[in-house]
Amino acid sequence: MTPHIPPLNAHVVIDKPALQTLFDALQTAGYTLIGPTIREEAIVYDEIGRIEELPIGWTDEQGPGHYRLHERGDGRYFAYVVGPHSWKKYLYPARLTLFRTRRQDKSFTVETGEEPPPKYAFIGARGCELAAIAVQDRVFLEGPIQAATYKARREHAFLLAVNCTEPGETCFCVSMNSGPRCESGFDLALTELDDVFLLQVGSQIGAEMLAGSGWRPAGAFELSHARRLLAEAETQMGRTLETRDLPNLLYDNLDHPRWDEVAERCLSCMNCTMVCPTCFCADITDVSDLSGENTARVRVWDSCFNPDFSYVHGGNLRPSIRARYRQWLTHKLASWIDQFGTSGCVGCGRCITWCPVGIDLTEEVAAIRGEG
Amino acid sequence: MYAPQTTTMAPEPMMPFPALITDIKEEAPGVTTYALEFEDTAVRQSFTFQPGQFNMLYLPGIGEAAISISSDPGQPETLLHTIRVAGNVTQAIARLDVGDVIGLRGPYGSAWPLAHARGLDIIMVAGGIGLPPLRPAIYHIIHHRQEYGQVTVLVGAREPADLMFPGEYDAWREQGIEVLPTVDRADDSWEGRVGVVPMLFYSLRPDPRKTMIFTCGPEIMMRFVVYEALARRVPKERIYLSLERNMKCAIGFCGHCQFGPTFLCKEGPVLSYNQIEPFFSVEEF
Repeated sequence: MTPHIPPLNAHVVIDKPALQTLFDALQTAGYTLIGPTIREEAIVYDEIGRIEELPIGWTDEQGPGHYRLHERGDGRYFAYVVGPHSWKKYLYPARLTLFRTRRQDKSFTVETGEEPPPKYAFIGARGCELAAIAVQDRVFLEGPIQAATYKARREHAFLLAVNCTEPGETCFCVSMNSGPRCESGFDLALTELDDVFLLQVGSQIGAEMLAGSGWRPAGAFELSHARRLLAEAETQMGRTLETRDLPNLLYDNLDHPRWDEVAERCLSCMNCTMVCPTCFCADITDVSDLSGENTARVRVWDSCFNPDFSYVHGGNLRPSIRARYRQWLTHKLASWIDQFGTSGCVGCGRCITWCPVGIDLTEEVAAIRGEG
Repeated sequence: MYAPQTTTMAPEPMMPFPALITDIKEEAPGVTTYALEFEDTAVRQSFTFQPGQFNMLYLPGIGEAAISISSDPGQPETLLHTIRVAGNVTQAIARLDVGDVIGLRGPYGSAWPLAHARGLDIIMVAGGIGLPPLRPAIYHIIHHRQEYGQVTVLVGAREPADLMFPGEYDAWREQGIEVLPTVDRADDSWEGRVGVVPMLFYSLRPDPRKTMIFTCGPEIMMRFVVYEALARRVPKERIYLSLERNMKCAIGFCGHCQFGPTFLCKEGPVLSYNQIEPFFSVEEF
């Protein structure tokens, strides 16, 4: 019997507890589910299997250098925005063995670094996060050489996206044209309504995963309700970033006094680059056993705020925090566009929330623009 | 019913190939040339490179370093790398002998614009360890001498003993290449010029309509080379520099070698001055 599945691009509704049938279908199909869950007083991404592991009824309060969870008491599944983790934790792991060498007499052999990774299903990716994945796709897949480890994780990843109806205080996806609605790049896109989930079917496999969910076509009321929620969300962004002529603004102001001012506050702690869903800089380092016979070549996340990042024999090219902050911001907002045809910023606001001193890049850009 | 539970993997692009050290030659204090041959015959026979490109040299347990190829592009089965001891990896390479094996991958990066330079005069300006990345271009010009106009090589070093490849200058001259060495500090043996390399421009009368500049050396030296070349009305787009930054991956993934919009491992290390002008004089950039 052919399973009862919705057509591609259809909008359907399911009862909220039926989300578990989708989780079950994904697991049966061999996916490892990763989704939002509460650990150490933050909403992080981790392996989940049951809908009860989602932060149901919780929300996050965010601001510059500020993050707190609160119970809402209303049973909402997705009434929070993004936390300190992003999907790059899985697509581009913070620590990964690229290959191993084994010494043999005077020579050595080279072997692959790791077992092929699992097939991931990402539950609850927001519009800004789909945009961030698309940015990393350009970095790792669309150049002359493809990053094999990224490709192996990315090409089979299932994406259950979530449209944001309640943006956070540090969000500015509307400025970066990356949300709050998920436009493309998902298998299913979910909008949470009062009693049901509205789902847009983005791929054949997304449709197949709904076979046992008891889905029904969405009605006019549900569609208009979702449209209204998203239209409202667009007006509720906590931040804005004026992107007009931004690359030239920064390139023309490489000696602006604001860089000195921000350097007074910046701790060069690297938090912003660790939480950023697009930052991709990495170090590559060797880890040997005690005999020295076996060595793993390991890639680890690095940061342009690391003083050693710019080391060339004899010294660091960017010894001052001023130069390092300038490197980060001009790369993110200007040279990224030259390199990859897209901004490196998707407006998720993580770098603002997780900066221990609350540096806000939207404020820094406004100051350089003379509007601060 | 669906695809397997795990995914498949393409080979890791940063994997090196074992290469045998077949010869070692000391060039100057702290500077040594290593002849390397890939152990795998198919890899060795399929490898080609263009003058100005670099390889990544790897020692398991120590690390990897980006090193320019200093040999004849017409003989790519034996690759020369002229290395100055500067960091962990180069220090460890300095302890190796003929018959030892190191990891090698490449070639990477952009090349000197030799096709573009056909029919033009070329002035090469090298400071210290900046000559090895230019030597493949010199060999190429010797093999295709009739395709180029006047070729002048300005070579500078701190002291006479630091000059790179002095034993080859006469052979280059026999092929119609003018070679002008200079040193910052002379000793009793030295009968040539004394002074920094950019000063050698004062003895040249380049024709700005048909001159191309290739330069490699300390950035401060290259700044003066650019200054002298522009003062002689050589256009920015015909001044080429080989820049150096920290490099970890050589394939545009690690981010270390960025110079403004440029990844020096991909679009560089050889860049024209008009590509980098807005950033070349920005401090700590």
